[in-house]
Amino acid sequence: MFPTPIEKRSRAAQISYQTLIPIALIVWLLPLIAVAMFSIRPLTDFTNGNYWGLPSSFEFFTNYGRVFTDSDMPRYMWNSILITVPTVIGAVALSTMTGFALGIYRFRGNLLIFFMFIAGNFVPFQILMVPVRDLTLSVGLYDTKMGLVMFHIAFQTGFCTLFMRNFIRALPFELIEAARVEGVKEWRIFWFVVLPLMRPALAALAVLIFTFIWNDYFWAIVLTQGPDAQPVTAGITQFNSQFIAQYHLMSAGSIVAAIPPVLMFFLMQKHFIAGLTLGAVK
Amino acid sequence: MSTAVANPSWLQRNKMTVTPLMFLLPGVLFFLVYVINPIIQSFNISLYEWDGLGTATYIGLGNYTELFDDRAFEISLWNNLKWLALYLLAIPAGLLIALFLNQNVVGIRIYKSLFFFPFVISQVVVGLVFSWFYLPREGLLNAVITLFGFEPINVLGDPTMATYGIIAAGLWPQTAYCMILYLTGLNAVDPEQIEAGRLDGAKGIRMLWHIILPQLRPATFIAFVVTIIGALRSFDLISVMTNGGPFGTTRVLSFYMFEKALSEYGFRMGYGSAIAVVLFLIMLVFIGYFLWSMYREERAARR
Repeated sequence: MFPTPIEKRSRAAQISYQTLIPIALIVWLLPLIAVAMFSIRPLTDFTNGNYWGLPSSFEFFTNYGRVFTDSDMPRYMWNSILITVPTVIGAVALSTMTGFALGIYRFRGNLLIFFMFIAGNFVPFQILMVPVRDLTLSVGLYDTKMGLVMFHIAFQTGFCTLFMRNFIRALPFELIEAARVEGVKEWRIFWFVVLPLMRPALAALAVLIFTFIWNDYFWAIVLTQGPDAQPVTAGITQFNSQFIAQYHLMSAGSIVAAIPPVLMFFLMQKHFIAGLTLGAVK
Repeated sequence: MSTAVANPSWLQRNKMTVTPLMFLLPGVLFFLVYVINPIIQSFNISLYEWDGLGTATYIGLGNYTELFDDRAFEISLWNNLKWLALYLLAIPAGLLIALFLNQNVVGIRIYKSLFFFPFVISQVVVGLVFSWFYLPREGLLNAVITLFGFEPINVLGDPTMATYGIIAAGLWPQTAYCMILYLTGLNAVDPEQIEAGRLDGAKGIRMLWHIILPQLRPATFIAFVVTIIGALRSFDLISVMTNGGPFGTTRVLSFYMFEKALSEYGFRMGYGSAIAVVLFLIMLVFIGYFLWSMYREERAARR
């Protein structure tokens, strides 16, 4: 292990390491801690200039309650769910199929199609913006959740294919050959042999895509407007102009908007990190 | 030979070609419609003067020649370079934190997750969090620096500082990402090589440079890819924190393109597309390099 394990060092080194970690963590999370502290203060603290002293009262429930009762926040959150979940299902389904095709079969153009997916996944959004907005308008999906979902599925298929194909490549190929010798049909190999082995990849991709899509802001403002279809990332700016300069409410609102992916991460940590770091180890 | 298999159907004979095609079809179709074709269309639109509604007039390379005299374009381009250069700091910073946290003490897993989780927060919220952190009166940054006797600063209101303030906000989640890549990489470092290095008297920095880093190459490669893409994609933070200001000093190409094509500065789809094409070509240099590296790996893996 590198660096040298701390338990092999002197007692003093161990103690200073143990005290240093929490301090480093607090410094690292300082901006976030500040926002969390803002979000439980009453408005009077801000008018009195009491930004960093003890809160004059603990207003956690009032502030967070108002986020849900006095604004469009619940609608935006619900929109985010209705955009994110179908995208996750669609992108994972499509890319399991493309990944299977590119990972198992040898045919001309295999690598070319694979590289098309990778390259497309790295492209700047702005080169797609005008035509995609136009297309969405012309099929009548502008300012709908469906319009966003369709684009997200298509775009995420690039990254997901890269992921799935490499995962399938690492599976034992003998299993598939054995099934073929037995005369199993190709689509049954996909469904009954490969798919069950891909559960970890499916879980990892699902949490990753959930986070990516939940956090999307650019396409939300390009393809939608207003609380009918906009997800919470776009809604939060709306929320902030409603409660302008009321930092206790704006802080609470942002924390609410950020929570679902954070929750997802802490619940599915193993899969999340496995997905994010695929390829970081040979 | 029995007659049962004497005349297999066309489908039967070509199933090893037809099956992958069927599996590829939906994904490829989606990708062509929403990604590949729009790229080509953008190139085309960049040759027109078009407000997005009326008829488009062909003006050849007019939009591109206009870019040369556009001061705002020049500023955006420079800011993109700043983003690229400074964003790469996330890689050594991430490595540093990973080395710091790569221990086996009680509760280290929770520390690792807490160090990492800024990456999971949306850039919009990161932008808000940092713009409040920087607030001249209410912000924690000024509360801290005035404590040490410095004058309060208005990071986002000062044209010379604003871009750096936004980049710092972007470095926060990006460093977390690089950290997790390196933590995973460090986990897989060969302990025998470390022992061998120790026997040869390698320690500290020398050990890191000669024995650890070469084994971390895959992690470093991915860190480079995601950091460069992230730097050139920066949009959310700028939009949320300064909206391009003060006086347009924090614009980057991605943001300026959006302003020209879709915001109150008018609907100049052609000009916006020309900016997007420039950004795309910059990105293409990196994409080309990434693909080339991957191609070499594929070839090596096949042997």
